[in-house]
Amino acid sequence: MLELRGITKRFGSVVANDGIDLDVPPGSLHAVLGENGAGKSTLMKILSGFLSPDAGRIRLDGREVPTGSPRAALQAGIGMLHQDPLVCLPFTALDNFVLGRRGRIDRAAARREFGELCARLDFDIDPDVRARALSVGERQQLEIVRLLSLGVKVLILDEPTSGISSEQRTKLFAALRTLAADGLIVLFVSHKLEEVEELCDRVTVIRSGKVVGERTLPCPADELVELMFGEVVVSSERPVVEIGSPALRVGGLAAGGGRQRIADVSMEVRAGEVVGLAGLEGSGQRTLLRVLAGLEPVRSGTVEIAGRRVDGSSYEHFVAAGVHYLPAGRLEEGLVPGLTIAEHLTLAARLPEWVVDWEAARIRAEEAIEHFRIKGGPDTPADALSGGNQQRLLLAMMPKDLRVLLMEHPTRGLDIESADYVWSRLLARRESGTAIVFSSADLDELVGYADRVVVFFSGRVLADLAAAELTADRLGTLIGGKVAS
Amino acid sequence: MEATIASIVAAAAPLVFAAVGETITEKAGVVNLSLDGSIALSAMASFAVAFLTGSVVLGFAVGAILSALVAMLVAFSGIRLRLNQVAVGFVLTLLLAALAQFLGNPFVRQPGPSVRPMSVPLLSEIPFVGRILFAQNISVYASLVLIVVVAWVFRRTRVGLELAAVGERPEAAHARGISVSRYRFGAAAVGGALVGIAGAAFSLDVKLGWSDTQVAGFGWIALAIVIFGGWRPVWVALGCYLFGALQVLALKLQPVFPGVAQILPSLPFPLMIFTLVVVNSDRLQRLGERFPFLGRLLMSDAPAALGTNFEV
Repeated sequence: MLELRGITKRFGSVVANDGIDLDVPPGSLHAVLGENGAGKSTLMKILSGFLSPDAGRIRLDGREVPTGSPRAALQAGIGMLHQDPLVCLPFTALDNFVLGRRGRIDRAAARREFGELCARLDFDIDPDVRARALSVGERQQLEIVRLLSLGVKVLILDEPTSGISSEQRTKLFAALRTLAADGLIVLFVSHKLEEVEELCDRVTVIRSGKVVGERTLPCPADELVELMFGEVVVSSERPVVEIGSPALRVGGLAAGGGRQRIADVSMEVRAGEVVGLAGLEGSGQRTLLRVLAGLEPVRSGTVEIAGRRVDGSSYEHFVAAGVHYLPAGRLEEGLVPGLTIAEHLTLAARLPEWVVDWEAARIRAEEAIEHFRIKGGPDTPADALSGGNQQRLLLAMMPKDLRVLLMEHPTRGLDIESADYVWSRLLARRESGTAIVFSSADLDELVGYADRVVVFFSGRVLADLAAAELTADRLGTLIGGKVAS
Repeated sequence: MEATIASIVAAAAPLVFAAVGETITEKAGVVNLSLDGSIALSAMASFAVAFLTGSVVLGFAVGAILSALVAMLVAFSGIRLRLNQVAVGFVLTLLLAALAQFLGNPFVRQPGPSVRPMSVPLLSEIPFVGRILFAQNISVYASLVLIVVVAWVFRRTRVGLELAAVGERPEAAHARGISVSRYRFGAAAVGGALVGIAGAAFSLDVKLGWSDTQVAGFGWIALAIVIFGGWRPVWVALGCYLFGALQVLALKLQPVFPGVAQILPSLPFPLMIFTLVVVNSDRLQRLGERFPFLGRLLMSDAPAALGTNFEV
């Protein structure tokens, strides 16, 4: 039995956790649900010893767990799988597996144990391969196996499904069910309602650092949404938009190399149309978007923007033709950590003056903050913003007139309200004739917002379907590479 | 030929101490840029102590302790004070070199004690290898043993694995209950002590006596060789011997090409840059992907958290 009593944690004036109580019996798959910034991660970091609480205590099987030390938490039997698995990339899987054990390292025995644990959970990891060569999903599996070998009784998973393929998610869920059946406590932290409903048998909902409710699953989804947000969010209705002339045309395109290669891709996107790119991670969607953005060279084939060929031109040429790209790595590829909102907007505005008028820049920033409902001030650095607000800032930085807008996972990591808002702004762009091409791993997003969905499988277009003929189920089957008969 | 190689092995010993020491420190993620000044100070102090007491061993000990303290200061300013290690190291280099020059004035070009040659019985009679490896002195033997021991610790032991984890991804080490700051202080102390031994080996063995010009620059060369060797002790040592060989070559070529020979000792620098260019070239990277063995042999990245300060 895991018991948390009155866990409180403040960061400056912000109360991240406010007297949280939680009881989890052994053998449960327990979800901790809440929107971005609700305080889930803070709570789990306290539980795993990464953070010290300002107040409160943790007990496991009646014994007090010392706080503020990952080593003590591990010894007490609490292990955490971090969102970005904490493995050393140049080390082999086996070295990562034994790293942190006390005493002499017996690699032969460790190898045997590693193999047995992997077999039990149906994981398939070569112990001699370097962690760098493993996918995020496999690194998670490696960490789970390692924590089990240390004899943890509580396994915490922080947003484990962002960034892994749907096959790996299925594998992960199966493993978690096996572990819970053996009496382990699994704490599944997520903001994704569907996943919590699919996997867990009980859920604690956290909002603004407080526990706002606990339910046994299954339970009506709108009840959980109401707990998460305090109000039921209605998905925005799609306005009907006239589809115009072709904004983007791709013929027989081949590009990229290795696993990222695409071949024989042809498609046409008209002004005002929204096209979704579906497929397993790394099936070619990212390469296509980067080629269309002018960031990667075309090996063969043609790319036309509004009837004029642009393949072979520079990135600047693509930008001048009215192409804009929002990458998935918001902070890594889209924003400059350390620069403020006002500075970002000034950078994006590309003003001709030599001397920056910061007075005017601040006013512009304040307008954008209000207009795009960004939670922050003109002087807030981009890296201090939450994921949702970073995406809003990127939207605010987009040029006014665009022919083609390319996006990679536009709402990945965002809560429902932010995602809905982002899409309302994006769809508004269609009215001025912007064509939108986006990739997503969220089937509901693809079905809900795209006029057409293009399904990729190992670098080729498998299907090109109108949204009307699609359901999330059918799309799921296609993504797996099976053409529905 | 044997004599030449033997003299290269002997002349490179201080460099091996310094470069392998810095490899240990950097493997844990701490970058100690004070090497050049640290070596000068230890070389001066070791000689001064040996000169005054007549004890070479005491000289080495004082040198090791001094440089270990300097390295601990760099580590402390990073780990506890959250200062930039590079900036602190730079300032210390300049400060310590000036200090060594100032304090060492009375000892300049004084004849003093030195490490005595000591052949290993039997082993030194092995043809070729015996003359090169076993007819040296204890300082050179220690440098050879050091390479083997450090390589073994890095490859085979738990301490080596945890050290690499601390330098590669401190948060992962922390999550596993490994004390990041203890490892970093420890690596700085051990690496620093070796840097001090390097200084002592200069003034009490290789260059005999103290003058501030004779050790200047070796710290920077050691830092460069750590990169050249890809943070792997054996490769780092080979880098030191390559550097030593080029120096001897320069000396031998001096009468042949007067005027040009002086630039030969600086050859390791362009050579190092050339190596980095080749190793990082696309073609070789792809070759390394195809043949993992070759890839592991040629490529070795810096510890990912090198020079960063870890906050819990």
